[in-house]
Amino acid sequence: MNSMTSPSFSGDPVAPLRREWTRHTPGQRLSRFAVWLCCVAAVVWAVRSIDIIPEFLADAPEQMADLLIRMWPPNVAHYYPEVHHALIETLHIATLGTLFCFVLAVPLALMAARNVCTIRPLNVAAQFSLVASRSVNSLVWALLFVAIFGPGAAAGVFAIAFRSVGFVGKLLSEALEETSHGPREALRAAGASWGAEMLKGVWPQVQPAFWGIALFHWDINVRESAVLGLVGAGGIGLVLDDAINFFQWDRVSIVLLAILAVVLVAEVIVTRLRSRLL
Amino acid sequence: MSATSAPPSSADAARRVAFAPNWPMRLALLALAAYAVWASSQLGLSWGRLAHGLGEGGQLLGRMVPPNFERWGLLLEGLLESLQIAVLASAVGIALSLPLGVLAARNLSPWWISGPVRAVIAVCRSLHYVIVAILFVKAIGFGALAGTAALVVASIGFIAKLFAEAIEEISMKQVEAIRATGAGVMKVLAYAVLPQVASRFIGFCLYQLDSNLRNSTLVGIVGAGGIGGTLFAAFKRFDYDFVAAILLAIIALIFLAEIISGRVRAALR
Repeated sequence: MNSMTSPSFSGDPVAPLRREWTRHTPGQRLSRFAVWLCCVAAVVWAVRSIDIIPEFLADAPEQMADLLIRMWPPNVAHYYPEVHHALIETLHIATLGTLFCFVLAVPLALMAARNVCTIRPLNVAAQFSLVASRSVNSLVWALLFVAIFGPGAAAGVFAIAFRSVGFVGKLLSEALEETSHGPREALRAAGASWGAEMLKGVWPQVQPAFWGIALFHWDINVRESAVLGLVGAGGIGLVLDDAINFFQWDRVSIVLLAILAVVLVAEVIVTRLRSRLL
Repeated sequence: MSATSAPPSSADAARRVAFAPNWPMRLALLALAAYAVWASSQLGLSWGRLAHGLGEGGQLLGRMVPPNFERWGLLLEGLLESLQIAVLASAVGIALSLPLGVLAARNLSPWWISGPVRAVIAVCRSLHYVIVAILFVKAIGFGALAGTAALVVASIGFIAKLFAEAIEEISMKQVEAIRATGAGVMKVLAYAVLPQVASRFIGFCLYQLDSNLRNSTLVGIVGAGGIGGTLFAAFKRFDYDFVAAILLAIIALIFLAEIISGRVRAALR
């Protein structure tokens, strides 16, 4: 993309060498400038109209230091049994939620993949429900399910499942759409039923993607399930909420450390399993 | 495999099964099913409870329909505040992530810098943004500023890591060439590193803006500003028809953002 000042071929033989090169055409420069202007305008608008209370901002470092001092040292006495059991419950919620999410996501993904299900309205319906599931945050799902099942781990499991269906279903249907048609055709020619075609023709092709998605989402769900308790959906978030409401900051810090440890361990496990499985 | 070594005898061929059963997989699935049953009993999930819940769910849906858009002023105010939080958090988060990403890249900075920076990024990523928002609400007080700060932390944890990974994958030849001309650190960054990663950076930034928008609709639940506060208040007062209106508005906003960022990404490609 370059423009130059009018090249003249008459007279001076080195005139073409004195062309002035620029990287962008004026139009491009204008559009780049417009994009930057939009970005800056958005930020300025946000800064000017957001509620910032200067007094709060001024004593923020002081408050932060106060918070950290109250949190230190973490009180280990609070760990067993309460935090420990809550942690186990969180892991159960994450794992069961992931399992249940796959129960819902596999049929939806089969319906959404255009090469598996050839009925257009079903494709669109499945895609729409996946988008809706993705757009509602896990805590909002948790609020809804707390209203349905009452406070407790059941609401947490369903919230995790309904939230991850959107992501898992989208990824799975993309993996399904990338499969090659050959094995299926061969099986069909040999007289295989639809189930056998899926199991022996499609499943081996999507299997690596499937395990990758499952591990990745289990890891995400462990993080997510740690906060579900804030709205009453069970797990360690409940203990955290309690501790914060009672201003027991040394208990808060032990809960935070426990969450941090579990999240890091889950990440390590997932990385290990992934490198062994895939 | 017998096919590659010796030609199989006819008896061998007869014994071979077309699709051999995969016993380890079957056992693993069985174990998973057993775990699911055991864990559900631990959490107190039972069919009776599910059936009861379904009835309650029907009632809840009945109270949510039709959505009530009467208080649209409140709704719009919350949505705009969420949008502001997302824009501001993305801008500050990206601005902070650029230097952190360069410092965390192991091919550009020495290990005694990249190690600690990587640790900071890992901690930012490990703590859920709602938990960070609670801590900031305590430190800075209620309001949009706490939510913005929490999302800045989350953005750093996410894009600084991606920035660092992208920088680690660049070709070092251009860096060497620019260095050989006697350029300083900033010039090496500007002329050798950034041109190689700029397009991927823009992709990450768009993705982060998208996910900040999703998350900013939520931080209000812990008092950190945005539509989440309105949603939580409506929930607590059992205004389920207003809840439905808010949820529909959030879904529409996020859907719109997804479409716009998809368009921009397609235009960049």
